[in-house]
Amino acid sequence: MQREAIAPFRNTVILIVGLFLFWELAYLIVGEVALRSPWETMQFLGKLMRTDDFWLHLADSLKAFAAALAIAVALGLLIGFALGLHRLSGDAMEPMLVALYSIPKITLYPIILLAFGIGISAKIAFGAIHGIIPVALFTLAAVRNIKPILIKTGRVLKLSPAVMVSAILFPAAVPEIFTGLRVGFSLTLIGTVLGEMFAAQRGLGYLLMNAISLYNIDLIMSVTFLLVLFAASVNTLLLIIDRRLHHG
Amino acid sequence: MSRLRLFQFAVVASVILLLEALCFAGFIDKVTMPPPHIIVRDFFRMILAGRYFGEIAKSLANVLLAFAAAYVFGVVSGTILHRYKTARDVLDPLFATYYAIPVFAFYPLFIVMFGLGDGPQLLIGFLLAVVAVIVTTLNGLDRLPSVLKKTARVNRLNPLQTALRITLPFCAPYLLTAAKLALAYAFIGVIGSEFIMARAGMGYEISYAYTNFDNATMYPLILLILLLSIAANSVLSHWERVLLARRGQK
Repeated sequence: MQREAIAPFRNTVILIVGLFLFWELAYLIVGEVALRSPWETMQFLGKLMRTDDFWLHLADSLKAFAAALAIAVALGLLIGFALGLHRLSGDAMEPMLVALYSIPKITLYPIILLAFGIGISAKIAFGAIHGIIPVALFTLAAVRNIKPILIKTGRVLKLSPAVMVSAILFPAAVPEIFTGLRVGFSLTLIGTVLGEMFAAQRGLGYLLMNAISLYNIDLIMSVTFLLVLFAASVNTLLLIIDRRLHHG
Repeated sequence: MSRLRLFQFAVVASVILLLEALCFAGFIDKVTMPPPHIIVRDFFRMILAGRYFGEIAKSLANVLLAFAAAYVFGVVSGTILHRYKTARDVLDPLFATYYAIPVFAFYPLFIVMFGLGDGPQLLIGFLLAVVAVIVTTLNGLDRLPSVLKKTARVNRLNPLQTALRITLPFCAPYLLTAAKLALAYAFIGVIGSEFIMARAGMGYEISYAYTNFDNATMYPLILLILLLSIAANSVLSHWERVLLARRGQK
Protein backbone atom coordinates (compact mmCIF):
# COMPACT_ATOMS: atom_id res chain seq x y z
CA MET A 1 0.00 0.00 0.00
CA GLN A 2 2.66 2.43 1.06
CA ARG A 3 4.99 1.42 -1.76
CA GLU A 4 2.25 2.15 -4.25
CA ALA A 5 1.83 5.62 -2.83
CA ILE A 6 5.54 6.32 -3.11
CA ALA A 7 5.97 4.97 -6.68
CA PRO A 8 4.61 8.01 -8.60
CA PHE A 9 6.76 10.34 -6.52
CA ARG A 10 9.85 8.20 -7.12
CA ASN A 11 9.11 8.10 -10.85
CA THR A 12 8.80 11.88 -10.99
CA VAL A 13 12.15 12.28 -9.25
CA ILE A 14 13.81 9.82 -11.68
CA LEU A 15 12.24 11.70 -14.60
CA ILE A 16 13.43 15.11 -13.41
CA VAL A 17 16.95 13.85 -12.77
CA GLY A 18 16.89 12.19 -16.22
CA LEU A 19 15.79 15.41 -17.92
CA PHE A 20 18.56 17.39 -16.22
CA LEU A 21 21.11 14.74 -17.25
CA PHE A 22 19.82 14.96 -20.84
CA TRP A 23 20.16 18.74 -20.71
CA GLU A 24 23.72 18.54 -19.33
CA LEU A 25 24.63 15.96 -21.97
CA ALA A 26 23.18 18.11 -24.77
CA TYR A 27 25.20 21.01 -23.40
CA LEU A 28 28.39 18.94 -23.40
CA ILE A 29 27.78 17.93 -27.03
CA VAL A 30 26.55 21.26 -28.47
CA GLY A 31 28.70 23.47 -26.29
CA GLU A 32 28.80 27.11 -25.30
CA VAL A 33 27.85 28.32 -28.84
CA ALA A 34 24.13 27.60 -28.51
CA LEU A 35 23.43 26.16 -25.05
CA ARG A 36 24.10 26.72 -21.40
CA SER A 37 24.37 24.09 -18.72
CA PRO A 38 21.57 23.72 -16.14
CA TRP A 39 23.82 25.23 -13.47
CA GLU A 40 24.75 28.27 -15.61
CA THR A 41 21.09 28.79 -16.53
CA MET A 42 20.01 28.83 -12.92
CA GLN A 43 22.83 31.17 -11.98
CA PHE A 44 21.77 33.57 -14.72
CA LEU A 45 18.14 33.26 -13.66
CA GLY A 46 19.19 34.26 -10.15
CA LYS A 47 21.02 37.26 -11.56
CA LEU A 48 18.03 38.14 -13.76
CA MET A 49 15.73 38.06 -10.76
CA ARG A 50 17.76 40.77 -9.11
CA THR A 51 16.99 43.26 -11.91
CA ASP A 52 13.91 45.49 -11.74
CA ASP A 53 13.30 45.13 -15.45
CA PHE A 54 12.62 41.41 -15.15
CA TRP A 55 9.90 41.93 -12.54
CA LEU A 56 8.18 44.47 -14.78
CA HIS A 57 8.04 41.93 -17.62
CA LEU A 58 6.92 39.15 -15.28
CA ALA A 59 4.21 41.32 -13.73
CA ASP A 60 2.91 42.25 -17.17
CA SER A 61 2.77 38.61 -18.28
CA LEU A 62 1.08 37.52 -15.07
CA LYS A 63 -1.48 40.32 -15.25
CA ALA A 64 -2.39 39.43 -18.84
CA PHE A 65 -2.49 35.73 -18.00
CA ALA A 66 -4.70 36.18 -14.93
CA ALA A 67 -7.21 38.33 -16.84
CA ALA A 68 -7.21 35.93 -19.81
CA LEU A 69 -7.77 32.96 -17.51
CA ALA A 70 -10.66 34.67 -15.73
CA ILE A 71 -12.35 35.43 -19.06
CA ALA A 72 -11.69 31.93 -20.44
CA VAL A 73 -13.10 30.23 -17.34
CA ALA A 74 -16.18 32.46 -17.08
CA LEU A 75 -17.11 32.27 -20.76
CA GLY A 76 -16.12 28.60 -21.05
CA LEU A 77 -18.35 27.59 -18.13
CA LEU A 78 -21.22 29.68 -19.46
CA ILE A 79 -21.00 28.20 -22.98
CA GLY A 80 -20.46 24.69 -21.61
CA PHE A 81 -23.48 24.79 -19.30
CA ALA A 82 -25.74 26.38 -21.92
CA LEU A 83 -24.82 23.82 -24.58
CA GLY A 84 -24.80 20.91 -22.13
CA LEU A 85 -28.34 21.62 -20.99
CA HIS A 86 -29.77 22.06 -24.46
CA ARG A 87 -29.44 18.81 -26.40
CA LEU A 88 -29.77 20.04 -30.01
CA SER A 89 -27.44 23.03 -29.72
CA GLY A 90 -24.96 20.89 -27.79
CA ASP A 91 -24.92 18.19 -30.48
CA ALA A 92 -24.62 20.78 -33.22
CA MET A 93 -21.96 22.95 -31.62
CA GLU A 94 -19.68 20.26 -30.20
CA PRO A 95 -18.07 19.20 -33.52
CA MET A 96 -17.76 22.86 -34.48
CA LEU A 97 -15.96 23.63 -31.24
CA VAL A 98 -13.67 20.64 -31.80
CA ALA A 99 -12.87 21.93 -35.30
CA LEU A 100 -12.15 25.41 -33.90
CA TYR A 101 -9.94 23.80 -31.27
CA SER A 102 -7.76 22.21 -33.97
CA ILE A 103 -7.00 25.38 -35.96
CA PRO A 104 -3.70 27.17 -35.45
CA LYS A 105 -5.15 30.06 -33.48
CA ILE A 106 -1.97 32.04 -33.88
CA THR A 107 -3.09 32.98 -37.40
CA LEU A 108 -5.95 34.90 -35.79
CA TYR A 109 -3.51 37.04 -33.85
CA PRO A 110 -3.15 39.80 -36.47
CA ILE A 111 -6.94 40.22 -36.46
CA ILE A 112 -6.90 40.58 -32.68
CA LEU A 113 -4.05 43.06 -32.92
CA LEU A 114 -5.95 45.11 -35.49
CA ALA A 115 -9.02 45.07 -33.26
CA PHE A 116 -7.32 45.78 -29.93
CA GLY A 117 -4.01 47.41 -30.87
CA ILE A 118 -0.64 46.34 -29.50
CA GLY A 119 -0.88 46.18 -25.75
CA ILE A 120 -2.18 44.18 -22.85
CA SER A 121 -5.77 43.85 -24.11
CA ALA A 122 -4.64 42.02 -27.28
CA LYS A 123 -2.61 39.60 -25.15
CA ILE A 124 -5.57 39.00 -22.84
CA ALA A 125 -7.93 38.38 -25.77
CA PHE A 126 -5.47 36.01 -27.39
CA GLY A 127 -4.85 34.06 -24.18
CA ALA A 128 -8.60 33.84 -23.58
CA ILE A 129 -9.47 32.42 -27.03
CA HIS A 130 -7.00 29.59 -26.36
CA GLY A 131 -8.63 28.73 -23.05
CA ILE A 132 -12.36 29.16 -23.72
CA ILE A 133 -12.87 26.16 -26.02
CA PRO A 134 -11.35 23.42 -23.82
CA VAL A 135 -13.20 24.72 -20.74
CA ALA A 136 -16.45 24.80 -22.76
CA LEU A 137 -15.92 21.32 -24.26
CA PHE A 138 -15.15 19.65 -20.93
CA THR A 139 -18.05 21.42 -19.20
CA LEU A 140 -20.41 20.42 -22.01
CA ALA A 141 -19.39 16.76 -21.70
CA ALA A 142 -19.57 16.94 -17.90
CA VAL A 143 -23.09 18.38 -17.85
CA ARG A 144 -24.29 15.95 -20.48
CA ASN A 145 -22.89 12.92 -18.66
CA ILE A 146 -24.63 13.67 -15.37
CA LYS A 147 -26.64 10.61 -14.38
CA PRO A 148 -30.30 11.17 -15.31
CA ILE A 149 -31.36 9.84 -11.92
CA LEU A 150 -29.78 12.87 -10.22
CA ILE A 151 -31.72 15.24 -12.45
CA LYS A 152 -34.91 13.26 -11.86
CA THR A 153 -34.35 13.47 -8.11
CA GLY A 154 -34.05 17.24 -8.45
CA ARG A 155 -37.30 17.38 -10.38
CA VAL A 156 -39.12 15.21 -7.85
CA LEU A 157 -37.92 17.58 -5.13
CA LYS A 158 -39.22 20.46 -7.26
CA LEU A 159 -35.95 22.40 -7.11
CA SER A 160 -35.82 25.81 -8.74
CA PRO A 161 -33.43 26.12 -11.74
CA ALA A 162 -30.88 28.03 -9.63
CA VAL A 163 -30.87 25.40 -6.88
CA MET A 164 -30.82 22.66 -9.52
CA VAL A 165 -27.54 24.05 -10.90
CA SER A 166 -25.93 24.80 -7.55
CA ALA A 167 -27.06 21.70 -5.63
CA ILE A 168 -27.11 19.01 -8.32
CA LEU A 169 -25.62 19.84 -11.70
CA PHE A 170 -22.50 21.64 -10.55
CA PRO A 171 -21.41 19.21 -7.79
CA ALA A 172 -22.02 16.23 -10.09
CA ALA A 173 -20.01 17.77 -12.90
CA VAL A 174 -17.14 19.17 -10.84
CA PRO A 175 -14.50 16.47 -11.51
CA GLU A 176 -14.87 16.77 -15.30
CA ILE A 177 -15.11 20.55 -15.16
CA PHE A 178 -11.91 20.65 -13.16
CA THR A 179 -10.14 18.69 -15.89
CA GLY A 180 -11.35 21.35 -18.31
CA LEU A 181 -10.02 24.10 -16.06
CA ARG A 182 -6.65 22.37 -15.88
CA VAL A 183 -6.39 22.12 -19.67
CA GLY A 184 -7.73 25.67 -19.99
CA PHE A 185 -5.08 26.93 -17.59
CA SER A 186 -2.26 25.44 -19.68
CA LEU A 187 -3.63 26.62 -23.01
CA THR A 188 -4.30 30.13 -21.75
CA LEU A 189 -0.71 30.32 -20.57
CA ILE A 190 0.54 29.07 -23.95
CA GLY A 191 -1.71 31.58 -25.72
CA THR A 192 -0.54 34.50 -23.62
CA VAL A 193 3.15 33.68 -24.14
CA LEU A 194 2.61 33.12 -27.89
CA GLY A 195 0.88 36.48 -28.17
CA GLU A 196 3.82 38.13 -26.45
CA MET A 197 6.26 36.41 -28.77
CA PHE A 198 4.59 37.70 -31.90
CA ALA A 199 3.85 41.28 -31.01
CA ALA A 200 4.29 42.91 -27.64
CA GLN A 201 6.55 45.40 -25.99
CA ARG A 202 6.56 43.79 -22.60
CA GLY A 203 6.23 40.39 -21.00
CA LEU A 204 8.27 37.19 -20.85
CA GLY A 205 7.43 36.25 -24.47
CA TYR A 206 8.75 39.62 -25.63
CA LEU A 207 11.88 39.08 -23.54
CA LEU A 208 12.43 35.76 -25.33
CA MET A 209 12.07 37.22 -28.83
CA ASN A 210 14.22 40.19 -27.92
CA ALA A 211 16.91 37.82 -26.73
CA ILE A 212 17.15 36.23 -30.21
CA SER A 213 18.06 39.52 -31.85
CA LEU A 214 20.60 40.14 -29.09
CA TYR A 215 21.85 36.55 -29.39
CA ASN A 216 21.60 36.36 -25.62
CA ILE A 217 21.59 32.63 -24.97
CA ASP A 218 21.67 33.06 -21.20
CA LEU A 219 18.47 35.06 -21.35
CA ILE A 220 16.72 32.65 -23.78
CA MET A 221 17.56 29.61 -21.68
CA SER A 222 16.67 31.10 -18.32
CA VAL A 223 13.31 32.52 -19.48
CA THR A 224 12.42 29.24 -21.25
CA PHE A 225 13.43 27.33 -18.13
CA LEU A 226 11.30 29.60 -15.94
CA LEU A 227 8.24 29.19 -18.21
CA VAL A 228 8.59 25.40 -18.34
CA LEU A 229 9.12 25.21 -14.59
CA PHE A 230 6.03 27.32 -13.90
CA ALA A 231 3.79 25.46 -16.38
CA ALA A 232 4.95 22.01 -15.28
CA SER A 233 4.67 22.60 -11.54
CA VAL A 234 1.24 24.25 -11.65
CA ASN A 235 -0.02 21.51 -13.95
CA THR A 236 1.34 18.78 -11.67
CA LEU A 237 -0.45 20.39 -8.73
CA LEU A 238 -3.71 20.63 -10.69
CA LEU A 239 -3.27 17.04 -11.89
CA ILE A 240 -3.02 15.79 -8.30
CA ILE A 241 -6.25 17.63 -7.34
CA ASP A 242 -7.86 16.39 -10.57
CA ARG A 243 -7.10 12.75 -9.76
CA ARG A 244 -8.35 13.13 -6.19
CA LEU A 245 -11.64 14.58 -7.49
CA HIS A 246 -12.08 11.71 -9.93
CA HIS A 247 -11.34 8.95 -7.42
CA GLY A 248 -12.42 10.53 -4.15
CA MET B 1 -29.17 14.35 -38.46
CA SER B 2 -30.41 16.82 -41.07
CA ARG B 3 -31.84 19.02 -38.32
CA LEU B 4 -28.37 19.08 -36.85
CA ARG B 5 -26.79 20.09 -40.16
CA LEU B 6 -29.41 22.81 -40.57
CA PHE B 7 -28.61 24.14 -37.12
CA GLN B 8 -24.86 24.15 -37.85
CA PHE B 9 -25.42 25.87 -41.17
CA ALA B 10 -27.58 28.49 -39.45
CA VAL B 11 -24.84 29.19 -36.88
CA VAL B 12 -22.15 29.68 -39.55
CA ALA B 13 -24.45 31.75 -41.73
CA SER B 14 -25.48 34.04 -38.88
CA VAL B 15 -21.85 34.62 -37.85
CA ILE B 16 -20.98 35.61 -41.44
CA LEU B 17 -24.07 37.81 -41.76
CA LEU B 18 -23.33 39.46 -38.42
CA LEU B 19 -19.78 40.27 -39.54
CA GLU B 20 -21.12 41.56 -42.85
CA ALA B 21 -23.63 43.78 -41.04
CA LEU B 22 -21.04 45.09 -38.58
CA CYS B 23 -18.70 45.97 -41.46
CA PHE B 24 -21.51 47.57 -43.44
CA ALA B 25 -22.66 49.65 -40.47
CA GLY B 26 -19.10 50.78 -39.86
CA PHE B 27 -18.69 49.18 -36.43
CA ILE B 28 -15.72 47.32 -37.89
CA ASP B 29 -13.65 49.72 -39.95
CA LYS B 30 -11.95 48.70 -43.21
CA VAL B 31 -8.45 48.86 -41.73
CA THR B 32 -9.42 46.24 -39.14
CA MET B 33 -11.32 43.85 -41.36
CA PRO B 34 -12.87 43.92 -44.81
CA PRO B 35 -16.42 42.53 -45.05
CA PRO B 36 -16.62 38.72 -45.54
CA HIS B 37 -17.68 38.88 -49.21
CA ILE B 38 -14.57 40.93 -50.05
CA ILE B 39 -12.40 38.39 -48.23
CA VAL B 40 -13.97 35.57 -50.24
CA ARG B 41 -13.47 37.52 -53.48
CA ASP B 42 -9.80 38.16 -52.62
CA PHE B 43 -9.47 34.50 -51.67
CA PHE B 44 -10.60 33.31 -55.09
CA ARG B 45 -8.44 35.91 -56.81
CA MET B 46 -5.45 34.66 -54.87
CA ILE B 47 -6.16 31.02 -55.68
CA LEU B 48 -6.93 31.62 -59.38
CA ALA B 49 -3.84 33.79 -59.87
CA GLY B 50 -1.78 31.06 -58.20
CA ARG B 51 -0.25 33.64 -55.91
CA TYR B 52 1.69 32.33 -52.89
CA PHE B 53 1.49 28.90 -54.43
CA GLY B 54 5.13 28.23 -53.58
CA GLU B 55 4.70 29.49 -50.03
CA ILE B 56 1.63 27.35 -49.49
CA ALA B 57 3.36 24.28 -50.93
CA LYS B 58 6.40 24.86 -48.74
CA SER B 59 4.37 25.19 -45.55
CA LEU B 60 2.24 22.13 -46.33
CA ALA B 61 5.33 20.07 -47.21
CA ASN B 62 6.85 20.97 -43.84
CA VAL B 63 3.61 20.12 -42.05
CA LEU B 64 3.51 16.73 -43.74
CA LEU B 65 7.17 16.08 -42.99
CA ALA B 66 6.77 16.96 -39.29
CA PHE B 67 3.57 14.89 -39.17
CA ALA B 68 5.14 11.83 -40.82
CA ALA B 69 8.23 11.92 -38.61
CA ALA B 70 6.16 12.34 -35.44
CA TYR B 71 3.71 9.63 -36.48
CA VAL B 72 6.29 6.97 -37.34
CA PHE B 73 8.46 7.78 -34.35
CA GLY B 74 5.45 7.98 -32.04
CA VAL B 75 3.87 4.68 -33.09
CA VAL B 76 7.18 2.81 -32.96
CA SER B 77 8.25 4.21 -29.59
CA GLY B 78 4.73 3.77 -28.19
CA THR B 79 4.82 0.11 -29.17
CA ILE B 80 8.27 -0.38 -27.64
CA LEU B 81 7.33 1.53 -24.50
CA HIS B 82 4.27 -0.67 -24.03
CA ARG B 83 6.60 -3.60 -23.36
CA TYR B 84 8.69 -1.89 -20.71
CA LYS B 85 6.49 -1.01 -17.78
CA THR B 86 9.21 0.65 -15.69
CA ALA B 87 10.26 3.01 -18.47
CA ARG B 88 6.63 3.83 -19.08
CA ASP B 89 5.96 4.56 -15.40
CA VAL B 90 8.92 6.92 -15.32
CA LEU B 91 7.82 8.76 -18.47
CA ASP B 92 4.18 8.93 -17.40
CA PRO B 93 4.47 12.21 -15.45
CA LEU B 94 6.17 13.72 -18.52
CA PHE B 95 3.28 12.71 -20.78
CA ALA B 96 0.76 14.05 -18.27
CA THR B 97 2.45 17.46 -18.09
CA TYR B 98 3.73 17.69 -21.66
CA TYR B 99 0.89 19.65 -23.23
CA ALA B 100 0.94 22.17 -20.40
CA ILE B 101 4.43 23.25 -21.45
CA PRO B 102 4.63 26.10 -23.96
CA VAL B 103 6.66 24.23 -26.60
CA PHE B 104 6.84 27.41 -28.69
CA ALA B 105 9.00 28.91 -25.95
CA PHE B 106 11.74 26.57 -27.20
CA TYR B 107 11.60 28.10 -30.67
CA PRO B 108 14.13 30.89 -29.95
CA LEU B 109 16.50 28.29 -28.53
CA PHE B 110 16.15 26.10 -31.63
CA ILE B 111 16.80 29.11 -33.87
CA VAL B 112 20.02 29.76 -32.01
CA MET B 113 20.97 26.08 -32.25
CA PHE B 114 19.99 25.33 -35.86
CA GLY B 115 19.70 28.70 -37.57
CA LEU B 116 16.62 30.34 -39.02
CA GLY B 117 15.71 27.65 -41.57
CA ASP B 118 13.15 24.88 -41.77
CA GLY B 119 14.86 22.87 -39.01
CA PRO B 120 13.44 24.68 -35.96
CA GLN B 121 9.93 24.75 -37.48
CA LEU B 122 10.01 21.03 -38.23
CA LEU B 123 11.30 20.33 -34.74
CA ILE B 124 8.50 22.36 -33.09
CA GLY B 125 5.88 20.59 -35.24
CA PHE B 126 7.43 17.22 -34.42
CA LEU B 127 7.65 17.91 -30.69
CA LEU B 128 4.05 19.11 -30.52
CA ALA B 129 2.74 16.07 -32.40
CA VAL B 130 4.87 13.19 -31.16
CA VAL B 131 3.60 12.83 -27.58
CA ALA B 132 -0.05 12.71 -28.69
CA VAL B 133 0.87 9.79 -30.98
CA ILE B 134 2.79 7.93 -28.25
CA VAL B 135 -0.01 8.37 -25.69
CA THR B 136 -2.74 7.30 -28.14
CA THR B 137 -0.73 4.27 -29.28
CA LEU B 138 -0.21 3.19 -25.65
CA ASN B 139 -3.90 3.72 -24.98
CA GLY B 140 -4.88 1.49 -27.92
CA LEU B 141 -2.46 -1.27 -26.95
CA ASP B 142 -3.72 -1.17 -23.35
CA ARG B 143 -7.21 -1.92 -24.54
CA LEU B 144 -6.33 -5.02 -26.53
CA PRO B 145 -8.62 -7.64 -24.92
CA SER B 146 -6.76 -10.61 -23.44
CA VAL B 147 -9.12 -12.96 -25.27
CA LEU B 148 -7.61 -11.76 -28.56
CA LYS B 149 -4.09 -12.31 -27.23
CA LYS B 150 -5.11 -15.83 -26.19
CA THR B 151 -6.64 -16.50 -29.59
CA ALA B 152 -3.34 -15.57 -31.18
CA ARG B 153 -1.49 -17.99 -28.89
CA VAL B 154 -4.00 -20.80 -29.43
CA ASN B 155 -3.61 -20.42 -33.18
CA ARG B 156 0.16 -20.33 -32.76
CA LEU B 157 0.59 -17.10 -34.65
CA ASN B 158 4.15 -15.82 -34.76
CA PRO B 159 4.79 -12.23 -33.54
CA LEU B 160 4.54 -10.79 -37.07
CA GLN B 161 1.23 -12.55 -37.73
CA THR B 162 -0.09 -11.45 -34.34
CA ALA B 163 0.82 -7.87 -35.12
CA LEU B 164 -0.72 -7.93 -38.62
CA ARG B 165 -3.85 -9.95 -37.87
CA ILE B 166 -4.70 -9.05 -34.30
CA THR B 167 -2.99 -5.97 -32.89
CA LEU B 168 -3.03 -3.74 -35.94
CA PRO B 169 -6.70 -4.25 -36.87
CA PHE B 170 -7.74 -3.81 -33.25
CA CYS B 171 -5.72 -0.61 -32.84
CA ALA B 172 -6.76 0.91 -36.19
CA PRO B 173 -9.19 3.46 -34.69
CA TYR B 174 -6.56 4.56 -32.18
CA LEU B 175 -3.98 4.92 -34.92
CA LEU B 176 -6.45 7.08 -36.81
CA THR B 177 -7.07 9.26 -33.75
CA ALA B 178 -3.31 9.57 -33.37
CA ALA B 179 -3.03 10.67 -37.01
CA LYS B 180 -5.76 13.25 -36.53
CA LEU B 181 -4.11 14.74 -33.46
CA ALA B 182 -0.62 14.61 -34.97
CA LEU B 183 -1.73 16.39 -38.13
CA ALA B 184 -3.44 19.17 -36.15
CA TYR B 185 -0.41 19.61 -33.90
CA ALA B 186 2.08 19.53 -36.78
CA PHE B 187 0.01 22.18 -38.54
CA ILE B 188 -0.11 24.39 -35.44
CA GLY B 189 3.62 23.90 -34.84
CA VAL B 190 4.84 24.67 -38.35
CA ILE B 191 2.47 27.55 -39.14
CA GLY B 192 2.90 29.01 -35.65
CA SER B 193 6.69 28.96 -35.93
CA GLU B 194 6.59 30.57 -39.37
CA PHE B 195 4.41 33.18 -37.85
CA ILE B 196 6.72 34.05 -34.96
CA MET B 197 9.91 34.21 -36.99
CA ALA B 198 10.79 32.77 -40.40
CA ARG B 199 11.94 33.68 -43.88
CA ALA B 200 9.15 32.03 -45.89
CA GLY B 201 5.88 30.11 -45.65
CA MET B 202 2.20 30.88 -45.16
CA GLY B 203 2.57 31.98 -41.55
CA TYR B 204 5.41 34.27 -42.53
CA GLU B 205 3.36 35.80 -45.37
CA ILE B 206 0.50 36.53 -42.99
CA SER B 207 2.73 38.28 -40.48
CA TYR B 208 4.44 40.15 -43.36
CA ALA B 209 1.05 41.27 -44.72
CA TYR B 210 0.05 42.33 -41.21
CA THR B 211 3.11 44.57 -40.88
CA ASN B 212 2.28 46.15 -44.24
CA PHE B 213 -1.46 46.63 -43.56
CA ASP B 214 -2.07 44.40 -46.58
CA ASN B 215 -5.53 43.09 -45.65
CA ALA B 216 -6.19 41.89 -49.20
CA THR B 217 -3.43 39.30 -48.68
CA MET B 218 -3.69 38.66 -44.96
CA TYR B 219 -7.37 37.74 -44.67
CA PRO B 220 -7.48 35.34 -47.65
CA LEU B 221 -4.39 33.54 -46.33
CA ILE B 222 -5.91 33.29 -42.84
CA LEU B 223 -9.10 31.97 -44.43
CA LEU B 224 -7.08 29.38 -46.36
CA ILE B 225 -5.36 28.14 -43.19
CA LEU B 226 -8.66 27.94 -41.32
CA LEU B 227 -10.30 26.03 -44.18
CA LEU B 228 -7.39 23.61 -44.53
CA SER B 229 -7.24 22.74 -40.83
CA ILE B 230 -11.00 22.48 -40.45
CA ALA B 231 -11.26 20.30 -43.57
CA ALA B 232 -8.50 17.94 -42.42
CA ASN B 233 -10.07 17.70 -38.97
CA SER B 234 -13.58 17.05 -40.32
CA VAL B 235 -12.47 14.34 -42.76
CA LEU B 236 -10.46 12.46 -40.15
CA SER B 237 -13.17 12.86 -37.47
CA HIS B 238 -15.75 11.52 -39.89
CA TRP B 239 -13.58 8.53 -40.73
CA GLU B 240 -13.04 7.95 -37.01
CA ARG B 241 -16.80 7.87 -36.42
CA VAL B 242 -17.29 5.41 -39.29
CA LEU B 243 -14.68 3.05 -37.79
CA LEU B 244 -16.21 3.29 -34.33
CA ALA B 245 -19.74 2.80 -35.69
CA ARG B 246 -18.60 -0.38 -37.43
CA ARG B 247 -17.59 -1.69 -34.01
CA GLY B 248 -20.86 -0.65 -32.48
CA GLN B 249 -19.12 1.78 -30.17
CA LYS B 250 -21.08 4.79 -31.20
